[in-house]
Amino acid sequence: MLFGPKSGAAPLLQTVGLTKRYGAFLANDCIDIEIWPRQIHALLGENGAGKSTLVKAIYGLIQPSEGEMRWQGEKMVLSGPSDARARGIGMVFQHFSLFDNLTVAENVALGLDGQQSFKDISARLEEVSNVYGLPLDPRRDVWQLSVGERQRIEIVRALMQDPKFLILDEPTAVLTPQEADQLFIVLERLKAEGRAILYISHKLEEVKRLCDIATILRGGKKVSACNPRAETAASLARMMVGTEIREVKAAAGRQTTVPRLVVNDLSLEPDDPHGVHLKHISLELKGGEILGIAGVAGNGQDELFAALSGERLAQDPGTVVIDGTAAGHLSITQRRRLGAAFVPEERLGHGTAPRMKLSENALLTGHAASGMVHRGFIKLAAMLSTVDRATKAFDVRKAKRDPEAASLSGGNLQKFIVGREILRNPAVLVVSQPTWGVDAGAATVIRQALLDLAARGAAVLVTSQDLDELAEITDRIAVMFHGRLSAPLPTAQATREQLGLLMGGSALEEKEAPHAVSA
Amino acid sequence: MGLLEAIILAVLAASTPLLLAATGELVTERAGVLNLGVEGMMIVGAACGFAGAWLTGSVIVGAICGMLAGVVLSLVFALMTLALAVNQVAAGLALTILGTGVSGLIGSRFVGEKITTAPKLYIPGLTDIPFAGRILFGQDAFVYLSLALIIGASWFLYRTRGGLILRAVGDNHASAHALGYPVLRIRMFAVMFGGACAGLAGAYLPLAYTPFFIPGMTAGRGWIALALVVFSSWLPGRLVIGAYLFGAVTILQLHAQGAGLGIPSQFMTALPYLATVIVLVLISRARTGGSTAPAALGTVFVPDR
Repeated sequence: MLFGPKSGAAPLLQTVGLTKRYGAFLANDCIDIEIWPRQIHALLGENGAGKSTLVKAIYGLIQPSEGEMRWQGEKMVLSGPSDARARGIGMVFQHFSLFDNLTVAENVALGLDGQQSFKDISARLEEVSNVYGLPLDPRRDVWQLSVGERQRIEIVRALMQDPKFLILDEPTAVLTPQEADQLFIVLERLKAEGRAILYISHKLEEVKRLCDIATILRGGKKVSACNPRAETAASLARMMVGTEIREVKAAAGRQTTVPRLVVNDLSLEPDDPHGVHLKHISLELKGGEILGIAGVAGNGQDELFAALSGERLAQDPGTVVIDGTAAGHLSITQRRRLGAAFVPEERLGHGTAPRMKLSENALLTGHAASGMVHRGFIKLAAMLSTVDRATKAFDVRKAKRDPEAASLSGGNLQKFIVGREILRNPAVLVVSQPTWGVDAGAATVIRQALLDLAARGAAVLVTSQDLDELAEITDRIAVMFHGRLSAPLPTAQATREQLGLLMGGSALEEKEAPHAVSA
Repeated sequence: MGLLEAIILAVLAASTPLLLAATGELVTERAGVLNLGVEGMMIVGAACGFAGAWLTGSVIVGAICGMLAGVVLSLVFALMTLALAVNQVAAGLALTILGTGVSGLIGSRFVGEKITTAPKLYIPGLTDIPFAGRILFGQDAFVYLSLALIIGASWFLYRTRGGLILRAVGDNHASAHALGYPVLRIRMFAVMFGGACAGLAGAYLPLAYTPFFIPGMTAGRGWIALALVVFSSWLPGRLVIGAYLFGAVTILQLHAQGAGLGIPSQFMTALPYLATVIVLVLISRARTGGSTAPAALGTVFVPDR
C-alpha cells in the first residue's frame, strides 16, 4: 500500500467497502480507508460528504449496511461505543458529548467503562491531565467552563482509556489559534507514543501542517487519498468540492461614507445567570465598511448581537445609533424600519422558524418594511416573489418552490437567510457567524454577497470565530473578550498572533508583526 | 392523646401518599421523562390495591396489586412516549383520563365494601413513650417505606454509577447515546419505577388512610405530587420538606376551619398550595446556583441507527 509504513503488516484499522444506506440515500458508498499507528490521518469533505457517518460506524454508533471493518487484520463487528472503547478506539466529538449540569469528574466517569471507584477516576484524571498538560479541575460543573476547557475534558476522557486509535471531529473549530497550537502539541505527542489519529477538519492549512495522509470524501464516496503536505490548500479544496472554488473579490476602491452604525459606551447586564456582562463597548462603522468581531464563543458576542438587534433594549437610547437615529430603546421592528437587518448565528430557531415555509419566514423579518403586508393583510404574491428572488440571487437549492425552512441543508438555508436580508437593501447589516457549518461553495457566495453589499454603501458588522474569513472580507477587526471589545485593527496590519493574544485576553504588546493574517 | 400529637399523626398520614408518588416522579423526571399521568396511575393503584386486599384479605397483596397496576399503566405511557415517540404531555394527560376510567371500571363492584387497614407498628416500650412514641414507632409500614424510598432514591441518584447514568440521560440524551448508553431502556426503567411508586401511593389511600374505596378518591394528589417535584427543584431533600409541609398545612387548615376562625374556607383550602409554593421558592432563592430542571425533560429522543 502506498502509505503503509511497512508492507506485509496489517493496518490498525481498515474499512473494506463500507457502505451505509438510509433508505435510498447512500451516506457512505463503498469506502476503503486504512489507519496506521504513528500517523495522523485527515478526513476531509464538505458537510454531508459522509465524514460523520463513517466515524460513527467506526465508533460503533451505527451499523454499516454493507462492507466490513478490520481491527489489526481481524474482522470487527461493533455492538456499540463501549465495544469500540474496549478495543482501544476513542472519540472526541464535534458537538461535545458532555453533560452541562454534571461535574468534570462525573463527565469523565460516564465516558469510562468498568467498575473503577470515583476516587480512582479523580486521581487518574489529575494524573493524565498533568502528563499531557491539559489542566482540569474535577469538581467544577461543566456549564461554567469555556469551550477550550470543555474540549480538554473530552480529550482527557478519551486518553484515560489509553486508546490505540483516537478520532477527533473538527477539534479546532471553536479554539483560539493558541489553544489550537497547544492541541497540536498534544496530538504530535500522541502520535510519537505510537497511537493512530483520525483528524476531521475543514481547515486545510491545519491539515497540511499536521497530517501525514488525507482521505477525501465527496457525496459519500472516497474521491482521493493523498499526502496533504504535497498538495496546496486550493488543490485539497478542489478535491473536496469537485469544482474550482471561486475567489471572493472585493470591488476595487470601495468608498467609505458617513457613520451608519455607532455604539457609544454600551454596558449591559446579562439577563440569564450564564450570560456575559457587556462592558463599555464602543464602535463606529461607516457606510461601505466591513468590521469583523473576532473572539472565542461565549465572550459576549451573543449579548452584543441581542443589544444591536433590539432583542435586548439599552437604558440609554444613545448607546446604539443606526443611520443617525438614536435606537438603543427601539424594538427590533423599529430598528428594521431605520434600515437595519440582522442575521443571527443560529439558523433554525433564531434565524428562521424551522417548521414554517420560507415565504412565511421571509414575512417574519420583512413585515415592517418590505411591502408584504397591506392594511394588516398578508400579500402572498409578494412573499413568494421574495423567496423566488432570494433563490435566484443566491442560488438556494431546494426541493420545491416554498418548502419548510428545516428541510433545507445548512448552507442553502443560510444563503436564503442572508439573501432575505440583503434583498431588503439594508443600510446596516449585523451578521453573526455567517458561514458557520456551511460548505465551501455556499460560504463563498455569502462572503461575496457581504462584500457586494458594503460596496453599495451599507455598513456590515460580521461576528465570526473564523479568522481566515475575517481576514478575507473585513476592513478592520476588533476582538471580544469577557464582554469587552478591543480597539479595531486594520485587517491588513493585524497578525494572527496579535488577534490570538487578544482572544485569550492578553494585553496587546507593541512588537513587530511576524506575518500578516492575509498572507 | 394530646391535640399536637393527633395533628402530627394526621400530618404523617396525609403526607405519605404525596411523598411516595413524588419520589417516583422525581426519578422519572431526572431521567428526562415528564409523566403527567401520576394522578391516573395513583387512582388505578387505589382501585387495584383495594381489590387485591379485599379479595385476599391481605394488605401486602393489596399493596403489590397497586404497584403492579401502576407499572402496567406506566408501561402504556412508555410504549407511547419512548417506543412511538409521542408527545409526553399529551400522553401523560391521556394516561390520567384512561386511569380514571379504568379505576372506575375495576372499583365499581367494591364501592361500599370495607377492609381492615394496614396495622400500625407496635414495639412494647418504645411505642409507649409519651408523645414521641406513637409518632416515631407507631406508624404503618407505608410511612417507613416512603421515607426509605426517598432516602434510597437519593442515595441511588447521587452515590451510584447507575444514578449518575440516569441523571446524564436526563441532562443530555444525545450525549448519553453517543457514549453508548441505552437511553430508551434507562428511561423505561425510570418510568416503571415512577409507575410503581404512584401505584403504591394510590393503594395507600384505601389500604391505610381510609378502609374503603370510592371513585376519584385520590382527589388531585397526583397533581400535587407533580407540582412538588418541580417546586423542589428536583432535589430529594427539598421534596421531603415540600411533601410534609403540604400535609401539615392541609391538616392545620382543617383544624383552623373546625375552630371557626372567621377566614373564608376557600382561602383556607388554598392555603397548603400557597404555603408550599412560597416556602420552596424561598429555599431555592436562598441557595443560588442550585439544581435546575433536567435539561432534556419532556423532549422526545429517537436514536439513529
